[in-house]
Amino acid sequence: MRALQAEGVKTIFGYPGGSIMPVYDALFDYTRGQKKCFDHILVRHEQGATHAAEGYARVSGEVGVALVTSGPGVTNTLTGVADAMLDSTPIVVIAGQVPIGALGTDAFQEVDLVGVSQPISKWSYQIRHAEDVAWAVSRAFYIARTGRPGPVVLDFAKNAQIEEIDWEPCKVDFVRSYVPYPKLDMEAVRQAAELINHAKKPLALVGQGVELGNAHQELVRFLEKADIPAGRTMLGLSALPSTHPLNVGMLGMHGNYAPNLKEQECDVLIAIGMRFSDRVTGNLKTYAKQAKIIHLDIDRSEIDKCVKTDVAVVADCKESLPAITELLQKADHQAWRDSFKPLMEKERTKVIEPAIHPKEGPLLMGEVVHAVAEQAPDNAILVTDVGQNQLFATRYFKYHHKRSICTSGGLGTMGYGMPAAIGATFAAPDRTVCCFMGDGGFQMCIEELGTIMEQKAPVKMILMNNHYLGNVRQWQDMFWLRRKSFTKMMNPDYAMIAKGYGIPYLALTERKDLAAAIRQMLTTDGPFILECAIMEEDNVLPMTPPGMDIDKMMLEI
Amino acid sequence: MEENKKKLYTLLVYSENVAGILNQVTAVFTRRQVNIESLNVSASSIPGVHKYTITAWSDEDQIIKIAHQIEKKIDVVKANYFTDDQLFIRESGLYKLATPMVLENPEISRTVRRFQASIIEVNPTYTIVMMHGVTEDIISLFRALDTFGCVLQYTRSGRIAVTRGMQEQVSEFLEQREQSI
Repeated sequence: MRALQAEGVKTIFGYPGGSIMPVYDALFDYTRGQKKCFDHILVRHEQGATHAAEGYARVSGEVGVALVTSGPGVTNTLTGVADAMLDSTPIVVIAGQVPIGALGTDAFQEVDLVGVSQPISKWSYQIRHAEDVAWAVSRAFYIARTGRPGPVVLDFAKNAQIEEIDWEPCKVDFVRSYVPYPKLDMEAVRQAAELINHAKKPLALVGQGVELGNAHQELVRFLEKADIPAGRTMLGLSALPSTHPLNVGMLGMHGNYAPNLKEQECDVLIAIGMRFSDRVTGNLKTYAKQAKIIHLDIDRSEIDKCVKTDVAVVADCKESLPAITELLQKADHQAWRDSFKPLMEKERTKVIEPAIHPKEGPLLMGEVVHAVAEQAPDNAILVTDVGQNQLFATRYFKYHHKRSICTSGGLGTMGYGMPAAIGATFAAPDRTVCCFMGDGGFQMCIEELGTIMEQKAPVKMILMNNHYLGNVRQWQDMFWLRRKSFTKMMNPDYAMIAKGYGIPYLALTERKDLAAAIRQMLTTDGPFILECAIMEEDNVLPMTPPGMDIDKMMLEI
Repeated sequence: MEENKKKLYTLLVYSENVAGILNQVTAVFTRRQVNIESLNVSASSIPGVHKYTITAWSDEDQIIKIAHQIEKKIDVVKANYFTDDQLFIRESGLYKLATPMVLENPEISRTVRRFQASIIEVNPTYTIVMMHGVTEDIISLFRALDTFGCVLQYTRSGRIAVTRGMQEQVSEFLEQREQSI
């Protein structure tokens, strides 16, 4: 408890069980009365604890904490751990373990946690004795939050939880084999600046690294000085406000038309804190071959991993961006910027307008998201599940404030949305949290409605129900001869479910009621479920089919 | 990956001496389905630091990525890849031969001498021959002895290697790190 306190932990998402009972017993005193220093949020499933910790971390910028028991308790967290690893989210999972004397005996609820979690975590460690606790917890938080953040797993043997020792605080802020912040190479900075200064058609790709490095202002100064248009990855959406004139939209498979096409035309591509995911690049063999590539990343292993770089600047972008900006000449690329406009216009007429202002037919996801974005406060946080709801939500939501998006980008974890939204409400109690989910993902962590009920967590849940696993259905229609194999879903009566949990609920079927329904949702205190009857077979557009050249983006099917 | 682009690379990995590192190192290979050809782990000249000498068939592009992913592990100090010309390389071979056959056929002893291998134990039942060298030599001796039908057991060690460069990168790196506190 004191080790967690020393790390500044305020909120713990957890679920008790046999092997973690000593910790829970201590927690009893630390969550009430005079000793109170933590809030413990009892989730309904351990996966929910990790996603909630992720949502908390993404919004607050602090380390999210999940506390669970051994065996099934902790295997349930592994999806969240893998998710946090791919999306560079700092969380620490503390799990009980059988006493060290029982290790390897197939004891009740024993699992080789370090063995199974090593490949999907940043660090994984077994605490075998009480005297390790202070060091291991401090090291865990240090590793989770520094450098490229990520998940750390602590496997806490029960004997170590019980042993009594004199408390000796320990602060880890150095690990000799681990270099979280590589030293900025000024020669690389100079080369990068020179390439940008000679560029006629520069394009920046902004990723979550900017959010993680808290380099929002540094980014804006960099872009504005050299007049560089910037696309954002899905995880980097709130790294640059939607309204910034140099913002040219979202990158990738279902991103915006202009930046994706312009990646194939620019002469210098500047990737900032992003990892060239296949969902961003499409076919790597043809990706941005005409351009000189500058890659700014804190993680050296990302350099040349997917895209060969001409200049790599390995450092925190909070440091590298100002260093490069310093050497930049003021530039004006108006003609280049203007060349984005016809493409944006084309997308607007062909895709965006029909999606957000349809004249007839059933409700569409795009218009629901757009309408929520119109009414939500500027500092609202978008949380999505995975699938069509995620793609429509990320496309049509508006981002004005940093750290405004929680979505499962790398792992694509259905069921992420609801628990992550719970975490977000604890990280920022004064911000509105809008969580878009499909009927598939809503049911994947539906048990967390219990947590929302108990905590009165003010999650505004927008359930976009199309009775399909919509994204897979879309792919089946496009690439699998319309054979809709197990994507149609029978749904429960969500009104009754909401009633069971005592959560205010509204069903929306008519377009004319959309604005009023959203107003009601946003003005109701606490949680709310707005179930929208969505057109069954709508498709997310534009789309670059998987593995295709990124500029072969389809505006219609 | 085209097979003909592959070369045998040697990775020298230095890590802290903590449990579970080998698992993490080999997992990087497993994830890419790259076979480890040989592996040697021992304490290094630096106190508390272990050295792994790993060989694998790969192309340069892939071995760079493997080295970076290994070095990314928190308790790994350094991971560098080398081609054979950048290293002094040795392996050992042990050959257990049937003594009666060795005595019967003088050609066997001559072969052992020709390969500059040494006989390290003899008893009426078996004779132990040891050889240090590069992979090809050790295998060649086995093949030569095997033609006499006298080999009872044969084993070859993993590769050990030191770099030809003057620098001891790892100790310098650690010194710099300690100074940076």
